[in-house]
Amino acid sequence: MTLHQLSASEVVNLVKEKKVSVSEIIQDLYDRIAKVDPLVKAFLILNQEEALKQAKEIDTKVKKEEELPPLAGLAIAVKDIIATKGIETTCGSRMLKGFYPPYNATVIDKLKEAGAIIIGKTNLDEFAMGSSTENSAFGPTYNPWDLERVPGGSSGGSAAAVAADEAFIALGTDTGGSIRQPASFCGVVGLKPTYGRVSRYGLIAYASSLDQIGPITKNVSDSALLMRIISGPDNRDSTSVDLPVPDYLKSCQEEIKNIKIGVPREYFVEGMNFEVKDVVYQALKLLEELGAKIEEVSLPHTEYSLPTFYLIATAEASSNLARYDGIQYGYRTENYKDLSSMYQRTRSEGFGPEVKRRIMLGTYALSSGYYDAYYLKAQKVRTLIKEDFTRVFSKYDILVTPTSPTPAFKLKEKMADPLTMYLSDIYTIPVNLAGLPALSLNCGYSKGGLPIGLQLIGKPFEEETILRVAFNYEQNNKVEKRKPLQNLSPQKMVG
Amino acid sequence: MTKKIITKKEVEYVARLAKLEFNEEEKGEFTSQLNTILDYFSKLNELDTEKVEPTAYVVSQDNLLNEDEIKPSLSPEEVFSNTPYIQKGYFKVPKIM
Repeated sequence: MTLHQLSASEVVNLVKEKKVSVSEIIQDLYDRIAKVDPLVKAFLILNQEEALKQAKEIDTKVKKEEELPPLAGLAIAVKDIIATKGIETTCGSRMLKGFYPPYNATVIDKLKEAGAIIIGKTNLDEFAMGSSTENSAFGPTYNPWDLERVPGGSSGGSAAAVAADEAFIALGTDTGGSIRQPASFCGVVGLKPTYGRVSRYGLIAYASSLDQIGPITKNVSDSALLMRIISGPDNRDSTSVDLPVPDYLKSCQEEIKNIKIGVPREYFVEGMNFEVKDVVYQALKLLEELGAKIEEVSLPHTEYSLPTFYLIATAEASSNLARYDGIQYGYRTENYKDLSSMYQRTRSEGFGPEVKRRIMLGTYALSSGYYDAYYLKAQKVRTLIKEDFTRVFSKYDILVTPTSPTPAFKLKEKMADPLTMYLSDIYTIPVNLAGLPALSLNCGYSKGGLPIGLQLIGKPFEEETILRVAFNYEQNNKVEKRKPLQNLSPQKMVG
Repeated sequence: MTKKIITKKEVEYVARLAKLEFNEEEKGEFTSQLNTILDYFSKLNELDTEKVEPTAYVVSQDNLLNEDEIKPSLSPEEVFSNTPYIQKGYFKVPKIM
């Protein structure tokens, strides 16, 4: 096995056992990036000089037999909507090109303290608004499994980087499925934590009542490993919740006999993609063999999730993105006659079409005369959707669904019709509205060789349960594990 | 044919509220796209929500409040590091009078 193919826990262990130096690992990763990223385009910014410097510092510590932090030497890719001090943070937008945050997001501080090394910032749909990473102002990312297809979005760069072995682990953000849907399209593991589990401080806001940061990883135990580090309350995020952070890795080890799994019938509609259906049913069969009790359940308000989500998300976005006025940071037009035209030109030139569309939709939904009919109505339906889940979770431990209605689609396929693009998030959106934790992991492939994702939804703050079920599934899944972009040329072997 | 929910005139009004400007072609495109989307969204009217309480945040906890203490903050250099429009320690903006 070559270094870049290792999982996060393997890397951490090899460093601790002094079998390989951190400098070697980081250099191997940048070699891999140099080889595959011209094809995949997962990264917007590389942090090579700094990363190699940090690698040397850790190697010195290893030599001196100093105690190592838990993630010492682990290279991580970060979605470019999370503030990194001194590393450009663009949100995939012309508006923030050249923006260098003067502070770190809380998750970044926590990861650095744990010894992780940021190797670069990954591509995304502008301000995380999109489902294909085609809305980035700096060009799309390509799916490593099929370069004519999208990696999903909005954390498409992060998912593609992990899938293509350009990073051991990545951070994504999920407002309506932006971690889970790309994880599904790229055949990796993506976890959206419960709302409030991980601090949002330094996550550049899209829709504040829905956004969460979470890990994208090569396997389930790496997800558990990272969750342990990034979770917990933060006095800089008033919505973060003060609950103890469990040892997720340990709880993965328990078996899943007699666990009660609900399968919502509304997620298996007539005319759904038969390959997705087949593979998800096979996964359910395996879970049953492992001792889980599986029953069909109903979430009757599922069909109202999409309009509810897009009304709430765009309303919050229109308010959050009002801050981009060209004054204190970010793009400012040079072509204006007064303050008002400076604002208008700056925003019109700085934002791309999808961001403008969502600001318009949200401004309309909040405007006088329409507030009750749209925004308030959506907030009330949100209550009904949340109650659907509460009812089902009084009897079941987790829910299992497909992550996305289809495998990865082709570039440009859905760009002309915004509503069709929105529909690709139909299975992930209800989870954000209800604030629940959910994980996507690979459960097989289409006949064309594209990965298909399985979504596990848990009760609030019970990430342990979905990680445990996912881990048991992964350990017992006999489907041959594949990797994309493997045969480019000979690689350096682990010595 | 989708129902006309929002007119071009309203699109212009909303754009002014949002501090965005569009050319004629964009206005036409936005009007038609927003109509398709809003028509789909009107599905919510099927539900009677008369007696339902709205949800703004899903986690029911009071805000985490901090003690009112003085802590280190960003230096002026850091605050001004992301714009070239600075004059005598202030952000420079267009004339407003």
